[in-house]
Amino acid sequence: MSIATTVHGEHPAEHYPGGLLRWLTTTNHKDIGTMYLLFSLVMFFVGGLMILLVRAELFQPGLQLMKPEFFNQLIGVHALVMIFAALMPAATGFANWMIPLMIGAPDMALPRLNNWGFWLLPPAATLLTLPFVLALFGVGDGAIATGWTFYAPLSVQGGLGVDFAILAVHILGISSIMGSINIIVTIFNMRAPGMTMMKLPLFAWGWLITAFLLIATLPVLAGAVTMLLTDRHFGTHFFDAAGGGDPILFQHLFWFFGHPEVYILLLPVWGLMPHVLATFSRKPTYGYTAQVYGFIAIGLLSVIVWAHHFFTVGMPVPALIYFMFSTMAISVPLAVLFFCWIATMWKGSMTFETPMLFAVGFIVLFGIAGLTGLVLADVAADAQYHHSYFVVAHFHYALFAGGIMGVMTGVYYWLPKWTGHMYSERLGKLHFWLTVVSFNLTFIPQFFLGLAGMPRRIPDYALQFAEFNAISTVGAFILGISQLLFAWNIWSCVRGGPKAEARAWEGAEGLEWELSSPPPHHSWETQPVVK
Amino acid sequence: MLDAVDLEAEKPRGPRLRGLLTLAALASGPAGAEIRFNFPEPVTPIARETLAIHNEFMLIITVLFVAVFAIMIYSMIRHRKSVGHEPVKFSGPRGAAQWFWALVPFAILLFIDFVLMGIPAVKAIVEMEDTKTRADMVLKVTGMQWKWQYEYPDSGIRFVSTMSTPRDQITNAEAKGEHYLLEVDNPVVLPVNKKVRILLTSTDVIHTWWVPQFGVKRDAIPGFLRETWVKIEKPGTYRGQCAELCGKDHGFMPVVVHAVPEPEYLAWVEQQKAAAQAAASGADRAWSRDELMAAGQDVYSKQCVACHQPNGQGLPPAFPPLAGSKVVGTPLLAPDGRAVKDSHVDRVLNGKPGTAMMAYRNTLSDVELAAVITYERNSFGNTLGDMIQPAQIKALRQEAKQ
Repeated sequence: MSIATTVHGEHPAEHYPGGLLRWLTTTNHKDIGTMYLLFSLVMFFVGGLMILLVRAELFQPGLQLMKPEFFNQLIGVHALVMIFAALMPAATGFANWMIPLMIGAPDMALPRLNNWGFWLLPPAATLLTLPFVLALFGVGDGAIATGWTFYAPLSVQGGLGVDFAILAVHILGISSIMGSINIIVTIFNMRAPGMTMMKLPLFAWGWLITAFLLIATLPVLAGAVTMLLTDRHFGTHFFDAAGGGDPILFQHLFWFFGHPEVYILLLPVWGLMPHVLATFSRKPTYGYTAQVYGFIAIGLLSVIVWAHHFFTVGMPVPALIYFMFSTMAISVPLAVLFFCWIATMWKGSMTFETPMLFAVGFIVLFGIAGLTGLVLADVAADAQYHHSYFVVAHFHYALFAGGIMGVMTGVYYWLPKWTGHMYSERLGKLHFWLTVVSFNLTFIPQFFLGLAGMPRRIPDYALQFAEFNAISTVGAFILGISQLLFAWNIWSCVRGGPKAEARAWEGAEGLEWELSSPPPHHSWETQPVVK
Repeated sequence: MLDAVDLEAEKPRGPRLRGLLTLAALASGPAGAEIRFNFPEPVTPIARETLAIHNEFMLIITVLFVAVFAIMIYSMIRHRKSVGHEPVKFSGPRGAAQWFWALVPFAILLFIDFVLMGIPAVKAIVEMEDTKTRADMVLKVTGMQWKWQYEYPDSGIRFVSTMSTPRDQITNAEAKGEHYLLEVDNPVVLPVNKKVRILLTSTDVIHTWWVPQFGVKRDAIPGFLRETWVKIEKPGTYRGQCAELCGKDHGFMPVVVHAVPEPEYLAWVEQQKAAAQAAASGADRAWSRDELMAAGQDVYSKQCVACHQPNGQGLPPAFPPLAGSKVVGTPLLAPDGRAVKDSHVDRVLNGKPGTAMMAYRNTLSDVELAAVITYERNSFGNTLGDMIQPAQIKALRQEAKQ
């Protein structure tokens, strides 16, 4: 462990090239964190635009705007972009920025790997979306049209978009694994003296579990898509019954990654929630130890429940019962987290600045995701919910209300630390209320659509689904447009605004608030001592 | 979504709410069926059980939701800085009483998970998966892009069921009918009050056979058989859709089931058998070219048009054109009357593995195959001028069997 020994005030010259070269060559955790976050924001709008096209098509029955082929491409690439290029990079951006600040380290442990990890993302995102452009020039038939799940044999049949997506997933996977290694090494080796593992900030704990899950499951996804690639081009029959393979094998492999992926997206958010709740309740986090064990339990359970994503393929009864009960068991550690969040607020002295609003909104809406997840685990009822809009609504409560709104909580909470300026509280609150109202307007109707029997991933629908679809589309457009406020608020905050103090929030605790806002170029040149 | 428990919602509240919703959403468009807030009316034992379980669960999670967030909202009102609440400094349970209250919620949750929800769920699963006990008949369902084939092994009936909604309704050139997208040319006919064991498979990609009112949803997987069962308790027409993304026309692959009393079913079986016999005997006579062309156009518009398009131009590169196609241009048969590999006839009969082009040998009759092949060779600007007789197809089939 090499620790800078320079005394405070004697900053070594900040040697880095100017302009674009600075961003290409940077090894600074804050620069890389900023790039991750900006990339995520851009891709959030790209993925959002795709789904607004989809919602526009679904506004009324009949085909108005696009062919079904193109519709299928949009829904799949929307999901891949949102998961791999918006949510995951946002969480990695948080980790880059905040983990060194929180644990008293000067930088991430492996700065060059860090740079490479980021710069793999733009090519991967390009690969994912390039087939749209190629199709315009008559090359291929567009992007991957199988949904984000790549299910064989549909993906074996698909065009070159599938190959592009497979390569993109490989590159994104390499990037994520390198990021994970970096985070694990940093947390294990670069904590300030006195910061034992059980004093580690919960955000770092959440990310630590995420990192282990990524390393455990991404290679399985990589294997699955490689098998798909060889099935497509090199005559293997992993997923073809005629050659002794099994299409369902793909689903097992995919969801062995895919279910933990949900927690990969959510654990960093669960990690940051207690910080925000404690800050704005002016009260210590409730149940630190319980939350740490909650994270670990969820991480372990997440790799043994995958088959609940495809109960309808037909499984032996004992398998159905096992996967049902193991899935239901996740409700226990998840309830621990909910309990601790609310207990942290209990008898505090709360104020409701934008991050706190988003945190509370997150808890309530993510609660709906958790509760509907509990009923989805039930095999009998799942026969009705599965492949229907009920599932679409459920996982958007998990990944938009849980994931994206969690990320927004973090952005508003840490923006003063990153930029040295306060954002506009008025705009932030407006953004919150517009987001929450339009989000529910979009997705509550989808629960009813699913119950009434509307399958997901269809470009056109029977007439009894018309009203709810129209409402959902109106909601989606308000939701999409409201996010421009978010981008504008961030932009204004970067440009200027009232000066943020080192401890930007009155009740904020933790090492990150001991450093100036924005922090010095090499975050902790002298490691602090934690008592 | 949480008042989904309110089963009666649709009756008194339906029309008024519907008006409001329509207004709010500016959803003009054609008149639809009733708006639903819950599962459609169940007509099988499984669907009834599923609905009961669903309603129970919705009630449980609604109570949980309200209880948990009432506590949170109470705290948000009472424990605010602006009302002068001073923060306390605890960070975990202290003392036996607090530990007790911290653990009680988890005991309740475990009880809900594994007793309140778990026991009825296990009971339902066992019933749902019991496809074999006292099954009265078997229906085999084969998913194919983008239609369903139904087979009745007991009576040898076999037919393909494709969506019958006209293209013009989909492209908004014409007003949409009452059962828009949920209507087919040949519905499945099943007797009521009989336990029907349903076997499912697929010829190409994974499809999912789903009729919401049956409470049944099961995947059709290429190369494997999966099974489920229904016992329809009420005569009627029940509609559903393919539920697994299966390519471009996934949204246009409806399931329609006519459930009829047994005598009516038996009459239908007899009628189908007679029709099949008539079709089979048609293979033995010589057909004129005009007859084949007319029959071929009919088959083409049902079986081929989704991919190869009405004008035979296809949707390349996934779905190649037939107009000017090299495959269509191959000679019909080898001089010795055998099929030529990768010829037009071979492609229609046996499909092309790894693509959406399926094998039609087990789906279409000799007459239909001869007709559609003849039609394709003499349409869309193709002027091969030749024709193939149903008897020749029949001979090819027998040859392949040997």
